Amino acid sequence: MATGTKFELKMGAATREAFGRTLVELGRANKDVVVCDADLSKSTMTTYFAQEFPERFFSCGIAEANMVAVGAGLASSGKIAFVSSFSAFLLNKGFEQLRVTAAYPEVNLKAVGTHSGISIGEDGPSQMSIEDLALACSLPGFAVLSPCDEVSMRAVIHTVAAHVGPVFVRAARAKSPIVYGADARFPIGGSHELIAGKDVTLIGHGLLVAEAIRAAGSLEAEGISARVIDMYSIKPLDRDAVARAARETGAIVVAEEHLADGGLGVRVAQTAAETTPCIMEFVGVNNVYAESGTPDELLDKYGLRAVNIAAAAKKALARKSAR
Amino acid sequence: MATVTETRSVQELQAVCKQIRRHIVTMIAAAKSGHPGGSLSAVELIVSLYFGGRMRHDPKNPRWKDRDRFVLGKGHAAPVLYAVLAEAGYTPVGELNTLRKLGSIYQGHPDRRFIPALEASTGSLGEGLSLACGMALAARLDGSPARAYTMLGDGEIQEGQVWEAAMFAAFHKIDNVVCIVDYNRIQLDGFVKDIMDIEPLTDKWRAFGWHVIELDGHDLNAVNAAYDEAAATKGKPSVLIAHTVKGKGVSFMENNPKFHGMAPTAEELQKALAELA
Repeated sequence: MATGTKFELKMGAATREAFGRTLVELGRANKDVVVCDADLSKSTMTTYFAQEFPERFFSCGIAEANMVAVGAGLASSGKIAFVSSFSAFLLNKGFEQLRVTAAYPEVNLKAVGTHSGISIGEDGPSQMSIEDLALACSLPGFAVLSPCDEVSMRAVIHTVAAHVGPVFVRAARAKSPIVYGADARFPIGGSHELIAGKDVTLIGHGLLVAEAIRAAGSLEAEGISARVIDMYSIKPLDRDAVARAARETGAIVVAEEHLADGGLGVRVAQTAAETTPCIMEFVGVNNVYAESGTPDELLDKYGLRAVNIAAAAKKALARKSAR
Repeated sequence: MATVTETRSVQELQAVCKQIRRHIVTMIAAAKSGHPGGSLSAVELIVSLYFGGRMRHDPKNPRWKDRDRFVLGKGHAAPVLYAVLAEAGYTPVGELNTLRKLGSIYQGHPDRRFIPALEASTGSLGEGLSLACGMALAARLDGSPARAYTMLGDGEIQEGQVWEAAMFAAFHKIDNVVCIVDYNRIQLDGFVKDIMDIEPLTDKWRAFGWHVIELDGHDLNAVNAAYDEAAATKGKPSVLIAHTVKGKGVSFMENNPKFHGMAPTAEELQKALAELA
């Protein structure tokens, strides 16, 4: 049986870095790939694409609404158009355009938001995207993906470029530990069971996948067998994986760097309710805007760590055994 | 590929305009709701594009890659576009009176899920120019002669996104995009100058780096000439500031804010059709 100790969790590149590098691979392979950015290309890392393909990179200035709709226009004319900014600005300032120029007319637009969650750190809450998944998942027809490491981000960007339909991909500012080997595949609607387990299931996405792996390690030391699932596809959701986890472990903890309201947790809960209701606990940002600090300080203070996930797992197990 | 256009004389275009106006008032009366004023003001400006040879398009091949694009930013004027698309042969004329009814291809605002010839789904104001810029850029990358036209309402340009797009188009020298402002001076709540004045309008567009063409939007010779001037202008985008009359062609609708978003009654329809005979 796989265990937490199997994962070395060696620190890798930030998912935004992998996104930027992968865009260049796509650009080399397909001249129809175009990229728009709103004065953050050196942060979203679309700058790599801009340097190699200046004629296919469109600087939009600090004007996200226009950028999203320009991207939709490019996509409507057959381009594989990526629009990128900080997730907070892309989703909040560009939401109406994502809705009316991409989702509703079913346009093949690729929106990638970086610096998601609270781990952007020192810049503080105006830059922190803690509601982007709730917004993106509210758009009919959108696929919504949140990869956890550089390997999965690269694969996901290749996947969404080949997919016909509107997509939102979430990336982080901070570096993330490497979870996957180079051969892993990431179809839309899939998930990966990283650690087998029978007592409780820990489901995460993005940076909290590594925290869930660490939590499983500490639980194992206490004799608790925790399954860990990387639910990189927030929408569509891998319903079978959720139903199986509910049925086989009877308790699920969902951990994410997002508001607990409206994130992956509520989607997993809805799916469990529709398939196999079970005990659930949620680790996320709880109805609050965070503050400035280092990423580590913030993840500690706002309870998005392995220790918090392990505590939630024990609470779920206690509730399960009290049934 | 050969240019596909249909060019008609101004006299013939005037007859088409009258027919389009009859369709507009008839379909809105049948729907019992809709926006006649801003549809009637835009007739010559759109008819010149589709029937006057100013736009390259092919009703037999609505997805022709090198076609010119038209995006109706002011989506509430859908009836004028529906009437034009139907008369041009893209969609059935006989179904125009199903406007706004369940199952109709003629949705309340343009919806490209129902009509493939529509380039965009619009209705939420302020997005048309951005979309047209994206389409024009795609054509430029492809080495295609395609141009992108978008019509905005005068009230619509109160939306901030329009000015984001105006900056963008000039900065990227998108000279194959043409913006048409249907300056009929009335928006839902009343006269534009009383709700949120947009003057000095030509100065605004010039300051944003655009080639500005001011014209009478009901004079077909002037409209045709304006599109030709826009097409000949290189290195910067062009905007037509088209002075129009809201409700044009129906005496009791002209310059009447009430008919921004009000359907004519059966009696009013008969009166309108008599004027448009």
